[in-house]
Amino acid sequence: MNNVAPPTEESSVSQAGEAYLSTHELVKRFDHVFAVDQVTLEIKKGEIFALVGSSGCGKSTLLRLLAGFETPESGTVTLNGMDIAHLQPFERPINMMFQSYALFPHLNIWENIAFGLKREGMPKAQIAARVDEMLQLVQLTAYAKRKPHQISGGQQQRVALARSLAKKPKLLLLDEPLGALDKKLREQTQIELVNIIESIGVTCVMVTHDQEEAMSMATRIAVMSHGRILQVGTPKEIYETPNCRFVADFIGNVNLLEGILSLDAADHCQVTTPQGVISIGHGITGSLGMKVAVAIRPEKIKLSSQKPLIDVNLFRGVVKEISYFGSYSTYLVATDQGHIFKITEINATRLDNSDITWGDAVYFWWNDSVPVVLMQ
Amino acid sequence: MTASRFKLGRRFVIGVPYLWLVICFALPALILLRISVTDMGEGLDPFAPILRQVEGQWQLVLKLDNYFSLFNSTANPLDWRLGRTLYTDAFLLSLKYASLTTVLCLVLGYPFAYFLARAPEHRRPILLMVVMLPFWTSFLLRVYAWKGILADQGLINNLLMWSGLTHEPVPLLYNDVSMLLGMTYVYCPFMILPLYATLVKMDLSLLEAAHDLGASPWEAFWLITVPLSRPGIVAGAMLVFIPALGEFVIPSLLGGAENLMIGRVIWDEMFSSNNWPRASALSMLMVFFILLPLAWHHRRRTPNPEQGAVT
Repeated sequence: MNNVAPPTEESSVSQAGEAYLSTHELVKRFDHVFAVDQVTLEIKKGEIFALVGSSGCGKSTLLRLLAGFETPESGTVTLNGMDIAHLQPFERPINMMFQSYALFPHLNIWENIAFGLKREGMPKAQIAARVDEMLQLVQLTAYAKRKPHQISGGQQQRVALARSLAKKPKLLLLDEPLGALDKKLREQTQIELVNIIESIGVTCVMVTHDQEEAMSMATRIAVMSHGRILQVGTPKEIYETPNCRFVADFIGNVNLLEGILSLDAADHCQVTTPQGVISIGHGITGSLGMKVAVAIRPEKIKLSSQKPLIDVNLFRGVVKEISYFGSYSTYLVATDQGHIFKITEINATRLDNSDITWGDAVYFWWNDSVPVVLMQ
Repeated sequence: MTASRFKLGRRFVIGVPYLWLVICFALPALILLRISVTDMGEGLDPFAPILRQVEGQWQLVLKLDNYFSLFNSTANPLDWRLGRTLYTDAFLLSLKYASLTTVLCLVLGYPFAYFLARAPEHRRPILLMVVMLPFWTSFLLRVYAWKGILADQGLINNLLMWSGLTHEPVPLLYNDVSMLLGMTYVYCPFMILPLYATLVKMDLSLLEAAHDLGASPWEAFWLITVPLSRPGIVAGAMLVFIPALGEFVIPSLLGGAENLMIGRVIWDEMFSSNNWPRASALSMLMVFFILLPLAWHHRRRTPNPEQGAVT
C-alpha cells in the first residue's frame, strides 16, 4: 500500500454488488500507445464521478469507452450487472453530453430533444409530454422552435443536457460539460447542472481538465495520468491526502520538498530536507533513510514578520514576490538555501495594509498536521 | 491618398470580371434576345431593325410569333391553341434526360463523395485527383472513347463474342442508354465535388450524438448526414442538370436519331433551317427554364429575417 492517508469509508473500494458501473482492467491502445491502461473503477448509483487529468491522459478515451464509441482491447464494462463492453453506442442505455454539444443544426430545439425518443418508437403524445418536461427542466420552453444557432452558448449547453436526459439514461456522461462557456457563466452553470442532475438522481461520469470544476461538482474524483488512475477519492481526500506527487501537484497548488525519512514512529515521523527537518503528525509505512517528498499546501502555511513562539516546522526566508488576487495574496518566499515556498494569505479585512513587502525577512511555519508524506 | 488608390485598385479588381461578364455573357444574351423578336420577313436578315419609320412615325415591331409558334402546331396564325410541337417534345425529352442524368450522378456520386470525405486526410488529395483525372483529356475525346467501347466492333461486343455469350454484336450505341451513360460519365465529377465539399465539413460528433441517442448507422445517415449535405446535393444537381439540359455533343455522338434534345433542335434551326429568330427564341426559352430553379434556390437560401434573429 502506497496510500499514506488513513483510508476513510468513502475512499475504500466499495463492496461487490454495490457498484452500479464498474470497469475491470480496461485497456485501449492507439498506435501501440496505451490511452487507457488497466483501468478498474467502481462507481455507485447516483454518484457524480469526475475523471480529471491533463490533456492526453486518457480520460476522454475512458469516457468514450463507456459511451461505446471506442471498443476496448480487453477488460469489461458492467452497468447495473450487465456486461456492455461490446454493445454498440445506440444499444447502450447511456447518453452523453458532448463537449461541442453536437446539437443537430438542421433541427430545432424541440426536435433535437425529441430525437432520441423518436428512435425508441415512443408514441407521439408521450414524446411531446417528455420533451415539454425536459424543456421546463432546463427553462427553455420559449425557445422550442428556435434552431441551435439562434440561441446563446449557455442555452445550447442546457439543450444538450436536456437531450441527453430525455431518454432517462441509466448513466449520463458529460464531456467537459462547461468547457465551452466563459468563466463567469461557468460558475453559475456548475451549480445549475449539479442541481438538475441530483434532482433526477442519474448516475453521472464527467470528464474535465478543470480541477476546480471537478472539486465543486463531483462526489468523487479519479485523477488520471498516462492512461492510469492514480487516485480515487472525494474532493477533500484528493486535496488533503494526495497519494503521489502527481496528484498533489495536479490538484491545487503545493510546495513539494524532497528529503529523507529520519524518524519513524507510530503516530509521527520526521523528514530531513535541505531546508531543515519537517515534523509530520502521521505515521507512515516506510523504512528509515528512504527518499520521500513532503507536500505542503500554500494556504496552510502561516506567515509573519515577527518570530512566533514555536520552534517546530519554523522556517525563515525573504519575500521575493507578492501577487495580489483580491480575495487572497500569494507570496513567494525564498529560504537561505534558495528554495522558494509559495504561501497564500486570505485578505480577510479590507485595506489590510500588511506590513510584509518585497525583500522583507519573514518567518513561516505550519502545524504538524499540515504536511503529507508522499512516497511515489 | 493611399486610401483612394486602394479604392481604385479594388474597383479595378472587381471591374475586370464584371467587364468580362458583360462582354461575353450579357451582351450576347441581349443580341440573342433582340434576334428572337425579329421579323424574318423575306430578306432573311436576322438583324432587321425592330425600330423603323413607317409614314413618318416610328414603330417598334416585336415579332412575338417566334415564341408563340413554338407551342402552336398549326400553320394558321389565327389559331391560338397551344399544343404539342416538335419543340415542346424536345423540351420535355431534354428535361427527362437531364433529370435522369442528375439522379444517376447523385446515386453514383454520393457514395463516392462520402468515401472521399471519410478517407484519411492524407489520402484525400490523391482521391480528389482521381475524380478530376478525366479533365486532363479533352471532353470530346472521352465521348469518342465511349463510341469505341460501345460500337458493334467495340470493346464490349468483341469481348461478348469472344467469350461466346453472343454471336451477333449487341446494339449498345445510339440509344438512350448509351446517351445517359455518356452524360452521367461526363457530369459525375460536377456532382461529386460539391458533395465532397459539404460532407468533408460535417462535424462527425453529430453522428456520434445520433448513435448515442439510439440511431442506427442507417438512421443516422438518413436523418443527419443527408439533410446536412443538402447544400451539396442542390449545388451538384444544378451543376449537372443545367448543362445536361442543353447538352448537344453527347446526344449527337452517342444518342439515337429519335432522341432529339433541345440543344440539337436549336442547332438545326440555326444552321439547317437558317431560322435565327426561332433558334434565338428557343435559346431564350431554355435560359428561362434554367433560371427558374436557380431563382427558387436563391429564394430558399436567402435567410428569412424573422427566422434569422439571434438572441
